[in-house]
Amino acid sequence: MKLDEFFVTGEPLIYGGMVAIVLVTSAIIFLLTYFKKWKWLWREWLTTVDHKKIGIMYILSALAMLFRGGMDALMMRTQLAVPDLNFLSAQHYDEIFTTHGTVMIIFMAMPFLIGLMNIVVPLQIGARDFAFPFVNALSFWSFFFGALLFNVSFVIGGSPDAGWTSYTPLSGAALSPGPGQNFYLMGLQLAGIGTLATGINLMVTILKMRAPGMKMFKMPIFTWSSLITCFIIIFAFPILTVALALLTIDRIFGSQFFTLTGEGLPMMWANLFWMWGHPEVYIVVLPAFGIFSEVIATFAHKRIFGYSAMVWSIIIIAGLSFLVWVHHFFTMGAGAFVNSVFSVSTMLIAVPTGVKIFNWLGTLHKSKIEFSTAMLWALSFIPSFVIGGVTGVMLGMAAADYQFHNSYFLVAHFHYVLIAGTVFACFAGLTYWYPKMFGHKLNERLGKWSFWLFLIGFHVCFLPQYFIGLDGMPRRIFHIGPEWFTLNFLSTIGAFGMGIGFAIFVYNIYYSFRYSKRETTGDAWGGRTLEWATPTPVPPYNFATLPEVNNIDAFMEMKEKGETTFDEKKLQPIHMPSNSGKPFIMMAILFFASFALVFEWITLAAIGLAGGLIMMIIRSFDYDEGYHFSVNEIKQIEQSRRGLDHE
Amino acid sequence: MLDFMPFRKKGLILLLFGIVLLLGGCDQMAVFDPKGPVAESQRDLIVYSLFFMAGIILVVYVAFTIIIIKYRDHPKRKENSYKPNFHGSKTIEAIWTIIPILIVTALSIPTVTTLFDLEKPPETTAAKEQKEPLVIYATSADWKWFFSYPEQDIETVNYLHIPTDRPIEFRLSSTASMAALWIPRLGGQKYNMAGMETILYLQADEPGIYDGRNSNFNGEGFAEQTFKVHAESADKFGQWVRDKQTNAPKLTQEQYDKLLKPGLTDRHTFSSTHLDWVNHGTHKGMDYDIIRHWKEYETLLHLEVGNIDESIEEHIEN
Repeated sequence: MKLDEFFVTGEPLIYGGMVAIVLVTSAIIFLLTYFKKWKWLWREWLTTVDHKKIGIMYILSALAMLFRGGMDALMMRTQLAVPDLNFLSAQHYDEIFTTHGTVMIIFMAMPFLIGLMNIVVPLQIGARDFAFPFVNALSFWSFFFGALLFNVSFVIGGSPDAGWTSYTPLSGAALSPGPGQNFYLMGLQLAGIGTLATGINLMVTILKMRAPGMKMFKMPIFTWSSLITCFIIIFAFPILTVALALLTIDRIFGSQFFTLTGEGLPMMWANLFWMWGHPEVYIVVLPAFGIFSEVIATFAHKRIFGYSAMVWSIIIIAGLSFLVWVHHFFTMGAGAFVNSVFSVSTMLIAVPTGVKIFNWLGTLHKSKIEFSTAMLWALSFIPSFVIGGVTGVMLGMAAADYQFHNSYFLVAHFHYVLIAGTVFACFAGLTYWYPKMFGHKLNERLGKWSFWLFLIGFHVCFLPQYFIGLDGMPRRIFHIGPEWFTLNFLSTIGAFGMGIGFAIFVYNIYYSFRYSKRETTGDAWGGRTLEWATPTPVPPYNFATLPEVNNIDAFMEMKEKGETTFDEKKLQPIHMPSNSGKPFIMMAILFFASFALVFEWITLAAIGLAGGLIMMIIRSFDYDEGYHFSVNEIKQIEQSRRGLDHE
Repeated sequence: MLDFMPFRKKGLILLLFGIVLLLGGCDQMAVFDPKGPVAESQRDLIVYSLFFMAGIILVVYVAFTIIIIKYRDHPKRKENSYKPNFHGSKTIEAIWTIIPILIVTALSIPTVTTLFDLEKPPETTAAKEQKEPLVIYATSADWKWFFSYPEQDIETVNYLHIPTDRPIEFRLSSTASMAALWIPRLGGQKYNMAGMETILYLQADEPGIYDGRNSNFNGEGFAEQTFKVHAESADKFGQWVRDKQTNAPKLTQEQYDKLLKPGLTDRHTFSSTHLDWVNHGTHKGMDYDIIRHWKEYETLLHLEVGNIDESIEEHIEN
């Protein structure tokens, strides 16, 4: 292979990207060296097994991916702003919408939410860490290197260009030769290991490690939604793993599962993909629902309305999510009966979702609403998501879907649910739990600026797209005709509004780090659930002593009784897991193995795979029993963090 | 927190204004401008559903606005309007579960009946007796359309002539990647897939020229895979058929293979069809294209807005 085939050449925008990557990487290396931070980086972050730090790394990576996916979006919107603009070529446009979709779903939405779950769920249920802290670190590094592998395709080898759905036969070896699709397959496969492991890990944590007295129906709603999400992950992700593996074998070793030749069944991919893909949508939206429930209850200063209806809605939505996948291809011609069945099952999802919307309104009823930034994100979710929801029902009506399918109506719909649902929730959740994570709040004034710009930009961007779709504009075309100019131009303006909103959000992180008042109480907002019972910064073991839980709003009860999680009489030494570099090293090795497989360097890939196995064997003989915090150490930590030193 | 209220009101008014403006232009939007019975039934179903959707949005928006204003944290509020432990009411929860179920039922019934209707040729509206559908094989290739009229023994590339007031039975297939035939003013789409055949019934009631395209992404030339539908009276259609039967050249397999090569091409007309040697909608025809053009699929067209027309020319010369 020649060097000019290895690197992507000929695109000025990509050359610019290469320069930026080299500059940023050198700057990071320089800063780490100059401030002598390499050891700190290794000890505090790369080897950590602490769920709070892993969560922070998830969220930072997700923000970086949001930036990348957002840049893709802005480039697409620029190309479509004006009829017949020559900003991107057809091929480049195809690559960009493919990476935009994949990055946003797999490497932004999921890790962002998993990051929040990592930090919050153990704190909400009174656990000291995940059930398997080592596996948790392994999960993170698998996601991180999967994302890295996928993003490397931008400058090395060329990006995938068959859409985030990667339908066969288009994505097969015959119609999409070269390494691009392999990057998609291996990047998702590598990251998928971590997602599946997190699903199991978090499920065990929630089922086995709750504080005494916290029965299932006393868990906070966010924990409930995380638990159900874990179930969906465990049942859905193996399907993706198998589908990706089959297509990889097709492309690299010449089998014929999805090919046009031999006895290939190209349409089987669409089935497998959406049997995972539809549940996947609920993997990214159910935790979002959980976040909104927490934020709304806290800032409405009121108990959540219809708790058990909320929980059962989540469970029913999760169940239905496995029974609707065909609605992604009503137009495949499966016949009126099949389409009728899937139409009805799809529309039924609106029932539990509607119940949830009304329950949130019920929570706000007779409450005392405090319009903090986190609350604004949560409140604006309701009217925005309803538009996405009702258009979803319209898409579910198969006979009408024949007109909506593959059009901008569909594009508008899923952005309305995914942005108003997932992205608003990520911003709401991050703003809400930020003081618990970093010991200071995000600036409210900047937060509100970023919120309003993003919200208005979002509606200006996506509302017109419903109408362009009804006028027959299909998705994924790389230039528009003059008849679609006005609404597309409007849409582009909105997209840039969202971009500015996001930029302010990121600036706010820096600004607040410099200027925000430091938290001292640990209970920044007058919280209702256990995470606010811990001191800030949260000690490595989370809870010095565990409370007895009798109520849904466990911390409210503690506050009434005057209890804390630091009961000196009950103190006992706490057992903690040791840090380990093995997850990082193991996933780095698998990264190189996957990279080799992308370029079909089989020997190197086999060596890498062997390396991964050797790491597993080494781990199996690891007898590290961890360490203990003594009672005295705990006392010291708690007293200083709770401001009790001078008593 | 009064400071943001004016913003919200302004935003709402702007939003409403925008929606009215957009709805004003609805008549022109393709899906709301049907030219045949299939598109009409789909338009009717969409409009029917829109009433429910508007109702739902209205209820949620009104309730939301009232609650947000009434229960904001405000010094003048009465203490007894705040009930921090109010957390459930069986009656109201039952109501907002049952109503959505009723709405879903009301939407399901016409959806299902329309679905079954769309599997049959539409009933002829203007003519007295039901006409037999005209069969057209619509085959998608990278990135062009072949329309074969087996009864008339004509094949067109990238354009389509159909008679009005007669159902058209499209037999859809593809030579390689999956595509979808979509003519918004005549009705919804269906997939074209290699090695299998799907059937789509459409019909035009009004003469005219309508836009048709592949709506399912299938690679670099996807945006250019469009065609025009010329709907004309039965007489005019007959004239066009006779003209092509006598004046158009025969399609040879060699020429067909050349046209199949991935790339863009101009309109063509032939007085014979490729069905004589291959039907891509059968399992036997599934790999016809790919085994012949494996190499060509590896090269890019380097398509951009500036060179689309040139790409078409170039392909013809080859």
